[in-house]
Amino acid sequence: MRYLPLTDTDRSAMLSVIGAGSIDELFADVPAAARLSAPIAGLPNHASEMAVERHMARLSANNVTAGSVPFFLGAGAYRHHVPATVDHMIQRGEFLTAYTPYQPEIAQGTLQVLFEFQTQVARLFGTEVANASLYDGSTACWEAIAMAGRITKRGKAVLSGGVHSHYVETARTMAKFTGDVLDTVVPELTATPDDAALIARIDGETSCVVVQYPDILGRIPDLAAIASAAQAKGALLIAVVTEPVALGVLQSPGSLGADIVVGEGQSIGVGLQFGGPYLGLFGCREKYLRQIPGRLCGETVDADGKRGFVLTLSTREQHIRREKATSNICTNSGLCALAFSVHMTLLGGSGLSDMAKLSHAAARKTATALAQVAGVTVVNTHYFNEFAITLPKDARQVVRELADRQVLGGVSLGRLYPLEAALANGMIVAATECTTDEDIAALAAALKEVLA
Amino acid sequence: MNAINPTGWRPSMGENEPETGIRTFTGNRALQLEEALLFELGAADRSGVDFPDTADIDLSALGPMARAERPNLPGLSEPETVRHYTRLSRQNYAIDLGLFPLGSCTMKHNPRLDEKVARMPGFADVHPLQPVHTVQGALSVMNELAHWLIELTGMHGVAMTPKAGAHGELCGLLCIRAALEAKGDPRDVILVPESAHGTNPATAAFAGFRVENIPATPEGRVDSAALIARLGPDVAGVMITNPNTCGLFERDLKIIADAVHAAGGYVYCDGANFNAIVGRVRPGDLGVDAMHINLHKTFSTPHGGGGPGSGPVVLSEALSPFGPLPFTARQADGSVKLIEEEQAHEEHPQAFGRMCAFHGQMGMYTRALAYILSHGADGLRQVSGDAVLNANYILRSLDDVLDAPFGASGHCMHEALFSDDGFAEGFSTNDLAKGLIDEGYHPMTVYFPLVVHGAMLVEPTETESKAGIDQFVGAMRSLAERARAGDEMLKSAPHLAPRRRLDETLAARKPKLVWKEG
Repeated sequence: MRYLPLTDTDRSAMLSVIGAGSIDELFADVPAAARLSAPIAGLPNHASEMAVERHMARLSANNVTAGSVPFFLGAGAYRHHVPATVDHMIQRGEFLTAYTPYQPEIAQGTLQVLFEFQTQVARLFGTEVANASLYDGSTACWEAIAMAGRITKRGKAVLSGGVHSHYVETARTMAKFTGDVLDTVVPELTATPDDAALIARIDGETSCVVVQYPDILGRIPDLAAIASAAQAKGALLIAVVTEPVALGVLQSPGSLGADIVVGEGQSIGVGLQFGGPYLGLFGCREKYLRQIPGRLCGETVDADGKRGFVLTLSTREQHIRREKATSNICTNSGLCALAFSVHMTLLGGSGLSDMAKLSHAAARKTATALAQVAGVTVVNTHYFNEFAITLPKDARQVVRELADRQVLGGVSLGRLYPLEAALANGMIVAATECTTDEDIAALAAALKEVLA
Repeated sequence: MNAINPTGWRPSMGENEPETGIRTFTGNRALQLEEALLFELGAADRSGVDFPDTADIDLSALGPMARAERPNLPGLSEPETVRHYTRLSRQNYAIDLGLFPLGSCTMKHNPRLDEKVARMPGFADVHPLQPVHTVQGALSVMNELAHWLIELTGMHGVAMTPKAGAHGELCGLLCIRAALEAKGDPRDVILVPESAHGTNPATAAFAGFRVENIPATPEGRVDSAALIARLGPDVAGVMITNPNTCGLFERDLKIIADAVHAAGGYVYCDGANFNAIVGRVRPGDLGVDAMHINLHKTFSTPHGGGGPGSGPVVLSEALSPFGPLPFTARQADGSVKLIEEEQAHEEHPQAFGRMCAFHGQMGMYTRALAYILSHGADGLRQVSGDAVLNANYILRSLDDVLDAPFGASGHCMHEALFSDDGFAEGFSTNDLAKGLIDEGYHPMTVYFPLVVHGAMLVEPTETESKAGIDQFVGAMRSLAERARAGDEMLKSAPHLAPRRRLDETLAARKPKLVWKEG
């Protein structure tokens, strides 16, 4: 077996040091009734690298990949070009096969990356501090709601209808068990989000207002107005960014007054990967530092006075505080944070701005082309790289029929909101710098056919 | 105007005279290279990505929230980027460099085939919300892995989506909560042995349970008599790690499980140490109701410097109806179906909800499946056998120079536990651990489990050679002898790493989490 270095000679020699007759003897503490006498039934015996690769390649071939067809899906996961350097760097064994940096003297590589990552995220979000990542955007969103509860000592979170349905469902699951109250609504297919209606839902019991920016339909809420209304009632504003590339051309949520900003980092460096692993981004005001969930990396000095980095403020964490910890998180999303950081380093502010502008331009061309298709209405007044359209029939069926024509045309709102008849004809369409004029023409032509 | 010949970035090199007596201009020591922060190197107008000209793009559709200036993020060209991260990488210890004996973390070799398959376009370049008939291969991977996890554990079902071990613990406890609620049963106490990993009580508290600790016996196992005596109408369940964090198999787990079930509770098993028993013992045969499996431990997906992980939870027949959305099911026609919110009210009405967006850690599923198929049934059995053999070999090779608190309790499982009993006055576990760094090893897990004073938990895993272990044993013997003799040099170790001991108190007292100019 190619991953096992011991030979039978080694095993015999080691058993004699231990004073055991066989490996099976080492399992004497397992009750006989629970000890399997033979390998697991059904699972074949070991296989060569070639055989396993062949099996996996066959499964891989049985998918329509985003890069092989005109592709317009978004709704929380976006296809941007990831430079070759990113994948090369995350495959460095010193990053790939390292552990959480508990021994800082021999983990300065990971720690400096995390310090740089935290700074990049804080600058992107316009927050004073950021953490070293969480699992993904949806779990980061819940962690922010829980943190707002701890800070305000209030238990009711008001969620805008524009928050991604999976994020709402994730929060709903958690709130059911923690006893927090979630005030939720479903989105309405209107040209601009109804910020006034959201503000009207805030009251003296509200711990936080959760607003996605841009929202699930691609609309761009006025965070500044919501922030001041929330703060006037003693509530925090949590901004949720599922497409961080947007912040290349949109004002940062922190600069608009958000107290906590969370996001999904997938679109920078990580890739689609069928939904995971992704990257939870988390930034906030410095005064809430000791309430932040997850790992934090901080600067310090070593015994010689040299600059160095360590994991810090761990008295918040489960391995110290146990049942009193701020969250139960242990492993986070370190390698995805590295991918994000490398990609962001390659981009820099000017590259991020260019990528955002090109994505926006592609979305605008797409919207213009689709608006010409009979039966299609573009919903949004404003948008970044994603917008909603309405169709004359159920969008789930349209998405399937587009796929039959080798076009991955968007995400139907029926997939996200299966019980909402009013949204059934809605579809979300996203474009990025990868989208070509040919892709846009192919989508418009296919949609015309499907709706004919 | 800059000086014609500026001297460039130099690290702050501290006041101490280097032990070699040679103080270099750069702070570098040959192949040991200092590296500036990105923010000290980059500029917002420098980039390593070429884009078409964007000057003429009409941005009016962005509306009033458009920003006036580009973000203040420094960029680097591609060669600078490659060099920055390559230099940083060399300041890390990693499995690829040597034995990584971190107990309870299962730092084993990460096969490169698994990296290759995870990057196949059918897995890496598909969107989670594509129509299901366009992602049948990806769904097959999820379904196939789910199947083998069920077979390997002898359980009834599996929740695939939890994103790491602690997330899996939460999933298991939420299944228990949901099952109790379905019965209208208000019990809310979870019993946790005091040797448990910190995530266990944190998770139980987060899921709304009250946590009560159960003591350990002098031989290092959970006190099953005390646990069974505590059972009653308020106890929702127990969380037990098996093999436990003292490196021992919990012999009484089946007896405990039967008693918990008879008293109306459920058994959660922390599967962090599943590597010790994979292919030899099925938790389902021990009465377990829920157990998370860290794919990044037993099934060797890379730890990546702290994630991403993946923590699927196998479930008993009693808990399976409550598992979270989404999940896959193979249909009669061979295709794989995805059960999400849309299908749930008909096909899985008791699901407790959703734990995250989309479908979980696909990139980890492909790697874990390739790993399971590579080892196969015979190989996985050899994995646990060799992991346990290596640990026992270390235990018996060192128990004359290091105290082994449970050495008399029989063979250990896949990790060997030592303590600092017998070290010279003022010397502790941390000193030996830091000495290991100078010897070229990552330290073992220290001061855990909490039930042993000055604990050192050594987990070699099955992917170490005998020669490699013999060298490690030699280093450990040398360090144990120095700690017993009171060698002062050990107290200030490491001396040879890129950094000496770091001031963690300063970092916590004046937190500096982001770089600021000046």
